Amino acid sequence: MTPREGEATISAAAGTNEGNQELRSRSELTAKEVMREVGAVLRMSEADAALLAEVEADPGEDQTMIINMGPQHPSTHGVLRLMLELQGETVLRCKPIIGYLHTGMEKTGESLTFMQGGTNVTRMDYLSPLNSELVFSMATEKLLGIDGDIPERAVWIRMLMSELNRMSSHLLFMATNGMDIGAVSMMLYGWREREVVLRFFQKVTGLRMNHNFIRPGGVAADLPAGWRDDVMSILDMLPDRLGEYDVLMTNQPIWRERLQGVGVITQAEAIALGATGPILRSTGLAWDLRRDMPYMHYDELEFDVIVGSYGDAFDRYAIRLNEIRESMRIVRQILDRVPSGDYRIQDKKVTPPPRARIDESMEALIHHFKIFTEGFKVPEGEVYVAIESPRGEVGCYIASDGSPTPYRMHVRAPSFVNVQALPHMMRGGLVADAVAVISSVDPVLGEVDR
Amino acid sequence: MTTGETTTPATLHGCLLGDSRGQAVLFVPKSSYMSTMKKLVDDGYEMCADLTAVDFLTHASRTLPDGVLPERFEIVVNLLSLSRRERLRVRVQVSESDPSIESLFDLYPGTEAMEREVFDMFGISFAGHPDLTRILMPEDWQGHPLRKDYAQGRIPVQFKGAAS
Repeated sequence: MTPREGEATISAAAGTNEGNQELRSRSELTAKEVMREVGAVLRMSEADAALLAEVEADPGEDQTMIINMGPQHPSTHGVLRLMLELQGETVLRCKPIIGYLHTGMEKTGESLTFMQGGTNVTRMDYLSPLNSELVFSMATEKLLGIDGDIPERAVWIRMLMSELNRMSSHLLFMATNGMDIGAVSMMLYGWREREVVLRFFQKVTGLRMNHNFIRPGGVAADLPAGWRDDVMSILDMLPDRLGEYDVLMTNQPIWRERLQGVGVITQAEAIALGATGPILRSTGLAWDLRRDMPYMHYDELEFDVIVGSYGDAFDRYAIRLNEIRESMRIVRQILDRVPSGDYRIQDKKVTPPPRARIDESMEALIHHFKIFTEGFKVPEGEVYVAIESPRGEVGCYIASDGSPTPYRMHVRAPSFVNVQALPHMMRGGLVADAVAVISSVDPVLGEVDR
Repeated sequence: MTTGETTTPATLHGCLLGDSRGQAVLFVPKSSYMSTMKKLVDDGYEMCADLTAVDFLTHASRTLPDGVLPERFEIVVNLLSLSRRERLRVRVQVSESDPSIESLFDLYPGTEAMEREVFDMFGISFAGHPDLTRILMPEDWQGHPLRKDYAQGRIPVQFKGAAS
């Protein structure tokens, strides 16, 4: 099996080393193939694609141009590459080409124990790592059958961290979205506010990102002394800052002109494409797993699901801005409810003994060693658990064969699915709006490519 | 996969309905895959949240309900009903000798990328898919990384146009 053979055939066939993952020019395709490809890149069935063809005359090859946007483009949030077919300034076709950041994390996950798995999944959606850890831990706990026995304090700490993470992720969206549209000063403000939240994360977990804090059985450590004051200072600081965002962006005519009516997607399209999170909510459908399929204690809290009405980039911006406010509301309620108690389950199978015990007991040392080297065995079975991450439904499918490592670990990444809605939002739009559309989807490429 | 202890197993559209840790799992034979999925769309499962596969090469002895013949590959489809707030997982056995299955593209256009990922990672082809190409790996890559006989770390990294 030599790679050179495949390489040779590809090169000979196309006269180039670029292959069939890419958007092909119209001259290489017959009319039927073009139709099929329009349907494919727009994620429509063939019948829908044919309907589309009737409305619009097929432009000649000499009138269109295929250009690459990315993978090295500042507004593609990493290494997303889009191939755009343009007629003048209008985007006719668009195809996202991904995989530039693929590092085989699902394969890696098969060789890491359930204890170590958190270090892997936390690097997928690196802007909301705690949500990825949470869904992995919840799936593991469901397989172990201990999902109902997690101590109350651990559950509330998880909710606190998850909501703060939603805030930090959306704050970063405010920064990057502002930068992409041209409100460059917004970039600095967004990063500044996010940094305050990350500083709290660092105090709690030891790291700004990639925390591996939420683990099967609970959380890695209890909250540090003074955490309540730290959270309160974040909550006190943010409302004024969010008000500034409103002045700077929401009420600003240029900002509105730039986003309103751009990248429109209808509710039926969003559902058919599997888009979730702010994209689905921007179409007017109030779908939030925290409210609609509650997990942890979200059913006991009061919060609103923010929806838009036009399905455009402005709605998606406004939804995220207001979701920060809703998360603050949730965090205030959590502050009142965090009980005292254990921060991880007292189940010898999954919980290592406390540090102090290791000094005095040989058995504890062996136990500790076993958990961290061999891991704990998880009964055979398969589960799919999904939660609401800042970007939509993040799901974790684990199939276990009874060993300490997952037999198969798959993460349903919201960005991966949402990016596939891009061709649909871009069709017929201007190339200048492409950046605004990508930005409004808020993809995290670590999660798209895994 | 623990099935219910009832004497008459539950079915839905003629397929075995199992239970895995409290989650509904439907075991659909490959022959009636499309027809069953069409019925499930009509049942109100509007969204296909996820589509993936598992290679059971080294775990062939897994527990399956009576009447389901284990094969090497399994396609796992997670459906979501937004109106009824329910999930349903569909598992389809796909044999090693014929790793192919129909595409759900016409029912759920959003599966387009997910099926490409399964094709890329497992080498399972989807009949009727409009654009079945590799999605994460380079297009001239050889082998399918998430198969269990594709060993980790032992395959030399392939780069286009590299010197050696």
